[in-house]
Amino acid sequence: MSDSIIGAGPIGSGPRRIDGQRKVTGAAPYAADHHPDNMAYGYGVFSTIARGTVTGLDLDAARQSPGVIDIFHHDHFPELHRSPASFAQGNKVEETRLPFEDNHIYYEGQFVALVVADTFENARAAARKVSVSYKSSDAIANLDQGVKAHGTTSGSGNHERGDAAGNFDGAAHSIDVTYTTPVETHNPMEMHASVASWEGDRLTIFESSQGVVVQRNALAKIFGLPPSHVRVESPFIGSGFGSKLWMWPHAVAASAAAREIGRPVQLVVPRPQMFTTTGHRPETRQRLRLATDESGRLVSLRHESINTTSFTDQYVETCGSVTKSLYSCPNLLVSHETTQVNRGTPTSMRAPGAAPGLFALESAIDEMAHEIGVDPLEFRMNNYADRDESLDLDFSSNHIREATEKAAEKFGWQDRNPEVGSMREGHEIIGYGMAACNWEALKRECEARVSLRADGTAFVTCATQDIGTGTYTIIAQTVSELTGLPLEKVTVRLGDTSYPAGPVSGGSWATATTLPAIAAATREAIKELKGYATSEKGDFKDVDSDSLTFENGQLTHDGQRVDYVDVLKGQRLASADGHAHTKGADDKYSYRSFGAHFVEVRWDPGISNLRVARVVSAIDVGRVINSMTARNQVEGAIVMGLGMAHFEATEYDARNGRPVNNNYAEYVVPVHADQPPEVEVILLDYPDLAFNEFGARGIGEIGITGMAAAVANAVHHATGKRIRDLPIFKEKLMENVPDVPSA
Amino acid sequence: MREFDYARADSPRQAVSTHGESEQAAYLAGGTTLLDLVKIDIMRPDQVVDINRLDLNEIETLDDGRTRIGALVTNTALARHDRIKNEYAVLSEALLSGATTQLRNKATTAGNVMQRVRCPYFRDGVSSCNKREPGSGCAAIEGHNRSVHAVLGTSEHCIATHPSDMCVAMAAIGATVAVEGPDGQREIDFLDFHLLPGDAPEREHALKPGELITHVTLDAPLENSRSRYLKLRDRASYQFALASSAVIVTLDGDTITEARVALGGVGTKPWRAHEAEAALKGQKATEATFQKAAEIAMQGATPYAHNAFKIPLGQQAIVRNLTTLTAQEDRRTS
Ligand SMILES: Cc1cc2nc3c(=O)[nH]c(=O)nc-3n(C[C@H](O)[C@H](O)[C@H](O)COP(=O)(O)OP(=O)(O)OC[C@H]3O[C@@H](n4cnc5c(N)ncnc54)[C@H](O)[C@@H]3O)c2cc1C
Ligand code: SF4
Repeated sequence: MSDSIIGAGPIGSGPRRIDGQRKVTGAAPYAADHHPDNMAYGYGVFSTIARGTVTGLDLDAARQSPGVIDIFHHDHFPELHRSPASFAQGNKVEETRLPFEDNHIYYEGQFVALVVADTFENARAAARKVSVSYKSSDAIANLDQGVKAHGTTSGSGNHERGDAAGNFDGAAHSIDVTYTTPVETHNPMEMHASVASWEGDRLTIFESSQGVVVQRNALAKIFGLPPSHVRVESPFIGSGFGSKLWMWPHAVAASAAAREIGRPVQLVVPRPQMFTTTGHRPETRQRLRLATDESGRLVSLRHESINTTSFTDQYVETCGSVTKSLYSCPNLLVSHETTQVNRGTPTSMRAPGAAPGLFALESAIDEMAHEIGVDPLEFRMNNYADRDESLDLDFSSNHIREATEKAAEKFGWQDRNPEVGSMREGHEIIGYGMAACNWEALKRECEARVSLRADGTAFVTCATQDIGTGTYTIIAQTVSELTGLPLEKVTVRLGDTSYPAGPVSGGSWATATTLPAIAAATREAIKELKGYATSEKGDFKDVDSDSLTFENGQLTHDGQRVDYVDVLKGQRLASADGHAHTKGADDKYSYRSFGAHFVEVRWDPGISNLRVARVVSAIDVGRVINSMTARNQVEGAIVMGLGMAHFEATEYDARNGRPVNNNYAEYVVPVHADQPPEVEVILLDYPDLAFNEFGARGIGEIGITGMAAAVANAVHHATGKRIRDLPIFKEKLMENVPDVPSA
Repeated sequence: MREFDYARADSPRQAVSTHGESEQAAYLAGGTTLLDLVKIDIMRPDQVVDINRLDLNEIETLDDGRTRIGALVTNTALARHDRIKNEYAVLSEALLSGATTQLRNKATTAGNVMQRVRCPYFRDGVSSCNKREPGSGCAAIEGHNRSVHAVLGTSEHCIATHPSDMCVAMAAIGATVAVEGPDGQREIDFLDFHLLPGDAPEREHALKPGELITHVTLDAPLENSRSRYLKLRDRASYQFALASSAVIVTLDGDTITEARVALGGVGTKPWRAHEAEAALKGQKATEATFQKAAEIAMQGATPYAHNAFKIPLGQQAIVRNLTTLTAQEDRRTS
């Protein structure tokens, strides 16, 4: 089915989230809202050193503490297996080491024991009575220390074409600059939580998860069970931003504890350990070398990055992923390396690779344009790639030039006086900056089931998740579009491995992956319905089923209309059902989304205050399925991007690797008062029908890419200061700061 | 959980006698400091005396023009009170710049005076910290010390800021703290209430064991004065001050006749800048005057590895506040 499914139905309009009421009234159950009978509570004891070994555990006081049922640790924990952690097999975990595998400590905040008690308070009180002795070694506390101590290891996603080095030295213009980005921590509102219970050798776990199927498969491997014996449920999640894509040690600990004590166990990861044992965006150092010819065309581009990873696993932050294809350049090198530090294993955080990578690339492009005295917008227009030179493929659909122009016009870029610090109002110096944004369009395999039921409703199941982005709603819109049933007659159930296998909610692929499966299953159900209608007992028994049409809930032929409910009731049937299994993307094209951000910052040098006053972003993500949730994704990503630009950093004590600001008060993310007074999102809405019949590419991540660079470029325009190290704290822009060497 | 006895007091006298002179007892007001720190196992009272039933909720104007605030008046109620908004704008603004609406609805006047430091090493329960464990050292001095560490009033034993905004305004206004204790009632000058860390950072205030704050009494407002609170931080709300200033001035034409300046975010206690005030008094309200006063205010500041910027930032908090304030027509009613 290649032509578009879009009719006059709800696709493309902006209905509110169908799960919204349950969420705002508290009726939607999140993982830790589940309290199976006889449930016990776990509370972790976490390492207070970042590197070394546990040499002793004094459990006497904890054991005598009220309500304690058991205390698990490396000498008292069942023998389990590791998950192969394979993306292809669908059992990926980021941290392959199991909790309590041995007495080694790789990071501060690592589980060293788990106390299980009858109440949360008793478990927590007893956990604090566990006294742990350690043999501590010098921690590798940050990227610099890692590189110094043991250098780097090559990562994945590297790319080379032409001769970048050979075309750099003699070039007309060149820059060689290094950028750094700090660790950022996802910090979703809902903390990671597991509620695990066993019935015989069957495990059921409620988890705040962005990927129930993968977690099921990983747990099956770890506990040596057939996947059918594990059920993972995550109907609602208080967001994840990537930290809940893959299972973390707490879920294994909770499941094992529940089996050992023969009772369900709930385990919530406390906020400080949300900074240590559930992933983070790693620290990066990125060297950019760019060169152009006289006319300002790129002739050499190198993007070489190092990111921190843990001592247990290699996580590669593919900072150069976008660099490969955004600009046209015959001589290009992208390389990724990692260095081990004493932190937990990093993981994907909204737009992994691209978010830190485009901070560096799009800052460097601005520097290059500045170097040769060309407007950065013009420089980009002159250098944007028209085809994907890294894959040697055409883009399926690329409207970046139009996006850039539209946003520039709306923003008023032509009013920009290029001279640094030249635009002022009152106490404030105004800076204008821009950056491109970019994200790969991905599509995975997906199964789904749709039932058209005799009570006049549709019932849809798929083991994907709605992570707050609106997946429930766009699935209902799709079924409504194809059946004519109003949205309120469509029941959607997600986040349960007993449903047909759906994708992980990440990579911005949920829309492009699930909707084709939902549509195919709906069509299958309609086909089955037509079969009933044209059978011996049916209302259309002499009609060829292919010539029946289905619209607005009715089957019609030659002026005869029968409500589909009557077809089913007439034959005492409960439902007509359809099941579908759709494939991932092909490799005929390079599928990507594009866009541009324009940012106005205001720097008040008299009080050293930086604020983002205005953002205009134009985004080309293919067809927009729900204009409200789509806009909301981009606006949210813009705000998260400005947090990345000038607030967010997980700070580690350089002496011992301990995260210092591990709470919501001191880890600074934007609040309402930081929202720019004007945010304008332009959605281009060009269907990408080569990608899927919906023409939709996905929208969750692209909005954060490039934002930090747009802010940094605007800051340069306002202040003349080029901030290459995020976040752009005020002291980096201030004059007269006394220099105090770090101890 | 860690067990403690809980008692609800019906009168200050009863509260004081239940509390006794034990260092392990604690009064419970709004709970936004105490319960947080109990939950993370940093404060470990064995006796909690809930004072929320006490009749200490009034804001009264005394005959001598002073304003007496009951210990349990919430930060919200105080900030929204007409007399406070009109006569002590700086206090209302300071309160509203702090924390969040939810916290301000719970937080009380006495609790705010008594709030603990935000130093992460104090709160992690592991690092060496002289406040938490006297004699263990101070992890912050050579550790991470950007946002909640001071440059004024620090010692080699502790450098944590006193985090309150409200107290900075009170330090500028002038106030006394009325307490009731095992030995009866007494009054403490607000500027003597909070202690510098010196070599005993575990001693944070002038209360004797068991003493209960019953009121904070503000000095009468300076006649014809204008006042304002300016708080500088990273994000626009819900963050402790990196630097803040509470300024009260009176003017005769463009001459400053009286000035009160206090600083937040930069000092180990709510920081009254007397020398800066002297440098303003009798001077013309010009940028140069303000800048000079600001430099004097920050004289002797000790920068640490990550917070050196607080020295110029503290100066900016003073200069901008004075600039705005003196440029206004009349700012008695904000
Ligand atoms: C996330 C967060 C952000 C915050 N941000 C800010 C901010 O930006 N600016 C700011 O100024 N503050 C801020 N605060 C601090 C807040 O203002 C204080 O927690 C609050 O004022 C404490 O008042 P309370 O009534 O809740 O005190 P409690 O928690 O009840 O008590 C605090 C302490 O005072 C003692 N105490 C209480 N009443 C008396 C009394 N009558 N006599 C003697 N001792 C007493 C208690 O025993 C306890 O030790 C923040 C707090 C939090 C949690
Ligand atoms: S600054 Fe004070 S509170 Fe912080 S670690 Fe040092 S002694 Fe403790």
